[in-house]
Amino acid sequence: MTATSLTSTQGAGRAGDKIFSGAALAAGCLILAVLFGVALFLVVQAIPALTAPAAEIQGGEGFFAYIWPIVIGTLIAAVIALVIATPIAIGVALFISHFAPRGLASGLGYVVDLLAAIPSVIYGAWGAAFLAKEISPAYNWLADNMGWLPIFQGPASATGKTILTAGIVLSVMVLPIITSLSREIFLQTPKLHEEAALALGATRWEMIKMSVLPFARPGIISAVMLGLGRALGETMAVALVLSSGALTASLIKSGNQTIAAEIALNFPEASGLKVSTLIAAGLVLFVITLAVNMIARWIITRHKEFSGAN
Amino acid sequence: MTSTLTPVRKRSALTKGQLPKYAPYVVLALALIVGAAILALVGFNAFGWGIVSAILFAIGLVSWSAAVEGSRRAKDKLATCLVVGSFLVALLPLFSVIWTVLVNGVPGLLTPGFLTNSMNGVTGVFDTRAVEQGTPVLGGIYHALLGTVQITLLATIISVPVGLLTAIYLVEYGDDGRLARAITFFVDVMTGIPSIVAGLFAAAFFFAVVGPGTKTGAVAAVALSVLMIPVVVRSSEEMLKIVPNELREAAYALGVRKWRTIVKVVIPTAISGIASGVTLAIARVIGETAPILVTAGFATSINSNVFSGWMASLPTFIYTQILNPTSPANPDPSSQRAWGAALVLIILVMILNLGARLIARVFAPKTGR
Repeated sequence: MTATSLTSTQGAGRAGDKIFSGAALAAGCLILAVLFGVALFLVVQAIPALTAPAAEIQGGEGFFAYIWPIVIGTLIAAVIALVIATPIAIGVALFISHFAPRGLASGLGYVVDLLAAIPSVIYGAWGAAFLAKEISPAYNWLADNMGWLPIFQGPASATGKTILTAGIVLSVMVLPIITSLSREIFLQTPKLHEEAALALGATRWEMIKMSVLPFARPGIISAVMLGLGRALGETMAVALVLSSGALTASLIKSGNQTIAAEIALNFPEASGLKVSTLIAAGLVLFVITLAVNMIARWIITRHKEFSGAN
Repeated sequence: MTSTLTPVRKRSALTKGQLPKYAPYVVLALALIVGAAILALVGFNAFGWGIVSAILFAIGLVSWSAAVEGSRRAKDKLATCLVVGSFLVALLPLFSVIWTVLVNGVPGLLTPGFLTNSMNGVTGVFDTRAVEQGTPVLGGIYHALLGTVQITLLATIISVPVGLLTAIYLVEYGDDGRLARAITFFVDVMTGIPSIVAGLFAAAFFFAVVGPGTKTGAVAAVALSVLMIPVVVRSSEEMLKIVPNELREAAYALGVRKWRTIVKVVIPTAISGIASGVTLAIARVIGETAPILVTAGFATSINSNVFSGWMASLPTFIYTQILNPTSPANPDPSSQRAWGAALVLIILVMILNLGARLIARVFAPKTGR
């Protein structure tokens, strides 16, 4: 046992260190490679659809004519979902962070997280079997009384399987995402700001309006964008709930289609050029959600830099 | 000298202009009564009663508060009503979904052989007979259950090492360098990949590498791994980060190699959190339908080989039974099977979720305080 054994660079330990750090690095790089691979393979498989003569694509008018109605349909469904989910989600997040008794708050948060745990296909089944049936009288009422608005133009779908129903189901699915992210941000509000507002005599709502909401605004925006990303890519709720068709302005007639549902409904039986067309549609969806998510993440990281100092 | 004391008793200035403590209860009782009366005029139903009473309660409390306490307090009351109301509204779909699945799913689940039979050989003829003659509904979910377990297991075997090693790289080796930040950013971005795009990627990858039309359980497992890895990375990273630095330094001071420190000190300390994160990740992907639909197709018979042939899974079983009933003329037996499968799936997911909480609590490191 001499001093050399202490400083020796040989031996199992040294090799283990190298192997281990190498494996960790490789795993990290694999993730980047997978994300790159997702884009690459989608592009490669989509090229035949993009270069094929227009007449061979479904609909016979080329890929662009095929994709734009379902892009619009996807956006309509996602916007409906966000319009419904955002105010409710912020309310729920405020309730859990600032209104509920302290002891109950974490339990209530768990209940909301359960909403996120339910698989999407079950939401789809629920929307098709329960919600669509229950909500169709409301659609008839809307068609009779608000029919002068293009979005509520009648006659309403008798089954209730419309883009509005799909949007409502989607709103239930994005609600827990927006809620949990906003809740985190609300809880990060500097306690001193809140206490200062209360000490000046503000009511609870004024305190929230003056100290919590301004602080949390970037966080809320990015939470909504992440919810948007989820709503854009959600498949089953739309595939099961919506009886799809051509693009229509009315939300309470059957019609419209989203990219994800279009893929799910047609891919299992597709072959040849149809597969390429659907993969190209998936590529479009990927690009849209990637852009939405990157913007949301960018807002969060930019926000993180100055929120930690408080 | 006149006394400054006056015998007039006033309410304390501190409590002046406040609603009494019992105010919300009075308003609630009134709202319920008036709501019931209104609903009785148009036809009573419990759901409408709740909605109307809630609106009446909010209007009543806010206007009373505005009259007594002034507009600022009234706004505060209104905000409170809206916030509590939004929470109650958010609970509605949760209970509605669980109730619907329970009511529709129990008959399916209680059918003999539901968990032990596959759909092999069950055709529309049997379903028609079940509807017309009242014979028991044949067929079950054994093949789908087996497929779900196999696909999810394979996905877990792929995702956990990759995810855990990436988290270790980020926390222990990354040093917040450019690569580490890029990985963090793209892991976050990957969280947002639509599940169907993950499925298409796996399909496109195997179409290109193995051959067009390759659809097996393994392809589905790859698709699920794409969804699962970012979840595992994020949760493991959080858990590794909160391991106290003193533990690492103590190990280094004893001359322990870095990799031994990580394997013997850091990971055992964080193992409860990591395990619970992995369980939650499994719960997330076990219910995914779209990626399996485009990668494994759907089968009606038992296929225990993930590397060849189409494979059934619980979510795709539910989907196909609803959308393409076995007997198109009599969809009831199919929908009974679909709801039964939905009940099984929801029970699985809830067990995994509760299990994750339990793991986190039971295996949490002892703090010694």
